[in-house]
Amino acid sequence: MESLIVWLSEFPSLSRGELRDFRKGIDQAFREFTQQYGAGLESFFDPLLSFLIWSERMLLAAPWPLVIAAIAGLAWLGSRSLKVVAGVIISLLLIGYFGMWEDTMRTLSIITVCTLVAIAIGIPLGIVMARSNRLQAMINPILDVMQTMPSFVYLIPVVMLLGIGKVPGMMAVIIYALPPVVRLTNLGIRQVDSSVVEAANAFGCNAWQKLVNVQLPLALPSIFAGVNQTIMMSLSMVVIASMIGVTGLGQPVLKAITNQYFSLGLLNGLAIVAIAIIFDRVSQRYGLRLQKHRQGGHHA
Amino acid sequence: MPEIKISIEGLTKIFGKNPSAMLKLVDAGMDKETLLKKHGHVLGLHDINMQLHERNIEVVMGLSGSGKSTLIRHINRLIEPTSGKVMVDGEDVLAMTPGALRNFRQQKTAMVFQKFALLPHRNVLENVAFGLQTQKKEKSFIDHQSRMWLDRVGLKGYENHYPAQLSGGMQQRVGLARALACDADILMMDEAFSALDPLIRSDMQDLLLELQAELHKTIVFITHDLDEALKIGDRIAILNGGKLVQHDTPQQILLNPADDYVDRFVADVNRTRVLLAKSIMVDEKPEQNADSVTCRDDETVDTVLHTLLSEDGSYVIVENSKGKRVGYIDKETLADSVFQIEKKSAA
Repeated sequence: MESLIVWLSEFPSLSRGELRDFRKGIDQAFREFTQQYGAGLESFFDPLLSFLIWSERMLLAAPWPLVIAAIAGLAWLGSRSLKVVAGVIISLLLIGYFGMWEDTMRTLSIITVCTLVAIAIGIPLGIVMARSNRLQAMINPILDVMQTMPSFVYLIPVVMLLGIGKVPGMMAVIIYALPPVVRLTNLGIRQVDSSVVEAANAFGCNAWQKLVNVQLPLALPSIFAGVNQTIMMSLSMVVIASMIGVTGLGQPVLKAITNQYFSLGLLNGLAIVAIAIIFDRVSQRYGLRLQKHRQGGHHA
Repeated sequence: MPEIKISIEGLTKIFGKNPSAMLKLVDAGMDKETLLKKHGHVLGLHDINMQLHERNIEVVMGLSGSGKSTLIRHINRLIEPTSGKVMVDGEDVLAMTPGALRNFRQQKTAMVFQKFALLPHRNVLENVAFGLQTQKKEKSFIDHQSRMWLDRVGLKGYENHYPAQLSGGMQQRVGLARALACDADILMMDEAFSALDPLIRSDMQDLLLELQAELHKTIVFITHDLDEALKIGDRIAILNGGKLVQHDTPQQILLNPADDYVDRFVADVNRTRVLLAKSIMVDEKPEQNADSVTCRDDETVDTVLHTLLSEDGSYVIVENSKGKRVGYIDKETLADSVFQIEKKSAA
């Protein structure tokens, strides 16, 4: 009776020694893997790193009025809205006035690179996923883990593999930001009106023609929502990634947290918010403009 | 004897997890309800045999669930049959490789859909061009053809509109132009006019007949509307519960319904506007000699009736288009044809 009560109140678990050995074993194996392949992996990411460094240098070296003009120009191309463009210019001027110009440029470049990589991986993956139910069943749980696993946890193996610096930081951001664009591409393609897909089949389209002419264009609103989410998530990851050496607006925030510099944290935090809003408004407006045919109404 | 364009032999389609196992049960005579209740499979079509003639408008008619949409999708193999054969121009559609099937769909068939199925992100002209683009035709040719067909369906000037800006009837004109632009022999129309208002539907039927008088395509037209079937069909195939009940000319279907189901189907039709003088005329001259009126053999019964009543005749002499006397209709026959009091054998 007594032993039963003990059994019920104490969860039957591995002993401390066993648990230590278990973890040691995994850590050891991973360390060996790191030693063997770490250098190779690092050189694999070299092109990405040089791309990032190049974009960072360009943003930092260019005269600031030119950078503002370029970003405002891109915002105009994307949104065709003077209000959005004015917002962009004012935010950037304020950011520069409060001495955060360089950090902001660094953050902008890493966000751009990470988003581009996430899109380049995410949209094809979403397309493949939409074509096979089995693949969807396999990839979905992985995406769930990527999204819910606390980001600090996967910083550890990334740092073990690649050390501290820009590349592991980018990896962490990409892993965190990838799921929405994959999910929403998959969902968007699956939700394309089946009668239109049937029409494409009836007219003898091959798989590529169907994808390019029917499925992707009709899934575009959903894909765009995914890209938008991906941008937002990579921005939110910037602070955490600064813990492993990603430069930019995240580092002063981190410094502010550890030293209780309220105003420093607030200012840099606001700068991140400003960038987020710029990206969000411009990409949303662009998505809407692509859908202009939907707000048709009767002109007939 | 007209040429056979599409030949369907022993076509059966069972929907479910293990259709081939169910095939034996169905062939052994199990009915649709038992198959669904006991085995969870749906019998879509059972042992369909039919020949569709070249240059005809062949209507396939039935209520929802009768399998008509399933049937039409077997012709271009959008649905794979459980068993049976589909031949188009003597070619076995089911034996085609994926590439050959795509070519077949591009060149031999074109389809118009109930829900239009236009591409919402493309304007009207680009929608009409869709089939030709799939065929990778030359750009200038595509542009010329698309504009020409858009003009033919009466949508000149709407090239740059998006489908969402058009009414249902106009959208279906785009769908029709898209199909016609492919220049395929076979035009498949899946309840193409069912979603339209009655007046617009009637306009579209007229447009189709007008185009067909010139183009002479083989049109497979699906509908649940008997009036529509009688108006445009050269022949009508009636499906019930996945089986072909009758496949005949509108005249024959009205005069000799194959079973009770068809009989009930045709009961409410305004027969006088469909039946032709030649379908009800007889060879013997009626006894009374005086007061005859004359009509053509391809006039509908209501026209004949009108002539007889307005000219106050007592019987009708029927002549063919060359003015040759081919038969007679007396008042009694005419009255019977308005309400089918007793069934007559084939005229």
